[in-house]
Amino acid sequence: MQKYSRLLIFVSVALIALAFLFPLWDIAIFAPQYPEGLFLQIWINKMGGDLTNVNILNHYIGMHPITPESIPELKFMPMIAIGLMISGAIVGLINKRPLTIAWVVIFTLIAVVGLADFYKWEYDYGHNLNPDAPIKIPGMHYQPPFIGSQVLLNISAFSYPGIGGFALMASLALAYVAAFGHLIFKKKKA
Amino acid sequence: MLRTNKWSKTTVFAGVAVIMALIGFACTPKSGSQKAKDGVVAADAAQKVYVAPGKYDEFYALVSGGFSGQVSVYGLPSGRLLRVIPVFSVDPEKSYGFSEETKPMLNTSHGFLPWDDSHHPNLSITNGQTDGRWLFINSNNTPRIARIDLTTFRTAEIIEIPNSGGNHGSPFITENTEYALASTRFGVPIPQKDVAISSYKENFKATISFIKVDPKSGNMNLAFQVLVPAIDYDLGSCGKGPSRDWCFFTSYNSERAHTLLEITASKNDKDMVTAINWKTAEKCIADGKAKEWKSSYAHNTYSDETHSAKSEILKSQKVLDPKDCPGLMYYIPVAKSPHGMDTDPTGEYFVAGGKLAAQITAYSFQKLLKAIEEKKFTGDLGGIQILDYASVMAGEVQKPCLGPLHTEYDGKGYGYTSCFVSSEVVKWKLGTWEVVDRIPTYYSLGHLMIPGGNSAKPWGKYLLAMNKITKDRYLPTGPELAQAAQLIDISGEKMEMLSDFPTIGEPHYAQGIPASIIKDKQVKIFELDKNKHPYAAKSEKEGKVVRDGNTVHVYLTMIRSHFGPDNIEGIKVGDTVYFHVTNLEQDWDIPHGFSILGANAAELLIMPGETQTVKWNPEGEGVFPFYCTDFCSALHQEMQGYIRVSAKGSNTPIKFSLGK
Repeated sequence: MQKYSRLLIFVSVALIALAFLFPLWDIAIFAPQYPEGLFLQIWINKMGGDLTNVNILNHYIGMHPITPESIPELKFMPMIAIGLMISGAIVGLINKRPLTIAWVVIFTLIAVVGLADFYKWEYDYGHNLNPDAPIKIPGMHYQPPFIGSQVLLNISAFSYPGIGGFALMASLALAYVAAFGHLIFKKKKA
Repeated sequence: MLRTNKWSKTTVFAGVAVIMALIGFACTPKSGSQKAKDGVVAADAAQKVYVAPGKYDEFYALVSGGFSGQVSVYGLPSGRLLRVIPVFSVDPEKSYGFSEETKPMLNTSHGFLPWDDSHHPNLSITNGQTDGRWLFINSNNTPRIARIDLTTFRTAEIIEIPNSGGNHGSPFITENTEYALASTRFGVPIPQKDVAISSYKENFKATISFIKVDPKSGNMNLAFQVLVPAIDYDLGSCGKGPSRDWCFFTSYNSERAHTLLEITASKNDKDMVTAINWKTAEKCIADGKAKEWKSSYAHNTYSDETHSAKSEILKSQKVLDPKDCPGLMYYIPVAKSPHGMDTDPTGEYFVAGGKLAAQITAYSFQKLLKAIEEKKFTGDLGGIQILDYASVMAGEVQKPCLGPLHTEYDGKGYGYTSCFVSSEVVKWKLGTWEVVDRIPTYYSLGHLMIPGGNSAKPWGKYLLAMNKITKDRYLPTGPELAQAAQLIDISGEKMEMLSDFPTIGEPHYAQGIPASIIKDKQVKIFELDKNKHPYAAKSEKEGKVVRDGNTVHVYLTMIRSHFGPDNIEGIKVGDTVYFHVTNLEQDWDIPHGFSILGANAAELLIMPGETQTVKWNPEGEGVFPFYCTDFCSALHQEMQGYIRVSAKGSNTPIKFSLGK
């Protein structure tokens, strides 16, 4: 199992690299006037898609414009990912189980904090509205769905992990197999 | 009160019809007319033209706007109007001819002209097949040819044609869009001079102009003109396949009359078809046979980068005299006063409608070559050799109808000819020249159109008949009534009337093209980053007001839903104010409009990423509102601003702001 463990960690590290090539999260918005949809992609280091048009639409209801320069996560997420890859590579080379477990735990913590941070950003984005908004609907918030779909006024919003996001999930899953796979496979052998 | 050109034509035709009826000339449609007039059409006709909400039509129809000067775009089979493209006339709705950027498009050697009469749209072709790149159309009155870009459905270029008295027979496109050809309708002194009108035969001339089309950009230039005898050249058609080097024109007035043409130009039994070889012309030009003539003509181009038109006046062009270029052109007799000249999809036959002779004549291209080779000449007209009619004629469709005008083809071996006097379409077979079907139209059918029906590859499913007169066909609207197009199903053996719809202006001709060829090439927005307009403000930060003497330039931005700046002060009575308005939007179908109280111009209608300019001369002191004229968003009504005008000589400083 130990030699597979090394391979699994290397694959896990490679999958993290995919997060630099594909969006982590995809948000799609459909409305009567937007039958073709508006799309936002959240990358590890940038925002992509119809940002300008989403900002224009959102200003009516007082949502603050998304300006990638003002989102610090886009700056330090790549550094964290690179750190994770370097440490993963070292862990793979050394290939000692306690070290692997430690790496997996750190990876898990980063993932949990990352997702919680994303949720908090979505919450602020949807709740922290400009008091001078032209359209104000008491009690209404516009938080995009975390995963899945939601109808907000005339808009249907969809939010799902992108290829990069799925790559990170797969990466984490493989790291778990590398760290704890021996428990499962031992049992099967026995 | 009278629309004279139409009226005189109608009078002649009506007279002919009466005479023919008196002498028992039996050529009236025999079946179906009463049935269809009563509105009885086949039970499934509605189904065939119904295009459900949100679904697309199968074809674009690009229909000439006649005396509106424009081109209208319909979907077929539904007949839904999609757009009116301003071409030769101003269009306040789209600021065409009113914005500073578009005014040069209508510049000519006679200055700015707000109107013309648009006639014969023709699509660009590759190997004789419509390629969906450009649409060319002529102006009839002040001779010009326009090119419309089919990625924007806007006029991209207009070139004036010097040495032409009326540009009716125009523009006809060669097999690979090498040239657009234009012939002169009215003989005039060329170059123009002060002579007695009665000296027509000595002093009057005509030209056939060759406009070279750049294969990449589509840009047009007047390559050369051929100086020809002054008869009234009419419609034309360029060859394809074997006849690709040749173009053909009908003509009338072989009598060379200059007054009361309806009688004097209808005396001879035969008029002339012109056959002209453009490859031979090119060779003669290359051999230095042409002369450089001084003249003056405008060439106007519109740039989607600067979002502006520029107009230059060109001063000379090459003129070729046929006597210096043997083999360049020949005349062939044709049944009198013909109109349409239409090459069949194979390029072997070229067919002339007889108009006053109730005869459709088909000529054979092979026989033409043979007749030239064997020198079967019967004389000359103005120095141009006349070929023996029987040696070139392939067949005559005998007594097809009254007033055969214009023929298109279905690509399945049939020709369809419009008949003005008897108001019907006749279907006849190429080769046997037999009429196989006929269907009435309402009323006085001029041109007809089958998508690709003048090209090497027709889509023979629908035929659009364009009628000059509607009389009782629609709810009446006072003395001025609509013209109409009628859609006929030609997919089966029998033609079947499907529907009709009113048109913009009087449609003289149209082109049809499968939607699939152009619909996915449409420009949706203009990229703001690529906007090279010298007065563009590409962000709100660039919005400003700059005084230069008595001229004030306002750099204005618009985005949902405000102007930037929207409060402007420091303008003085007597100033000339230019509002340069940039639409900052980068989303499809989000135009904004602009107008200001008292503006002596049209609104600006500005597409995303575009800059347009309107001139304003404030005449009195006060505070004047401006606003967005295109309903852009839920806050459109709030999209407004103020400009303060102070007295002449006052010292109100220039000041501008947004949100303060």
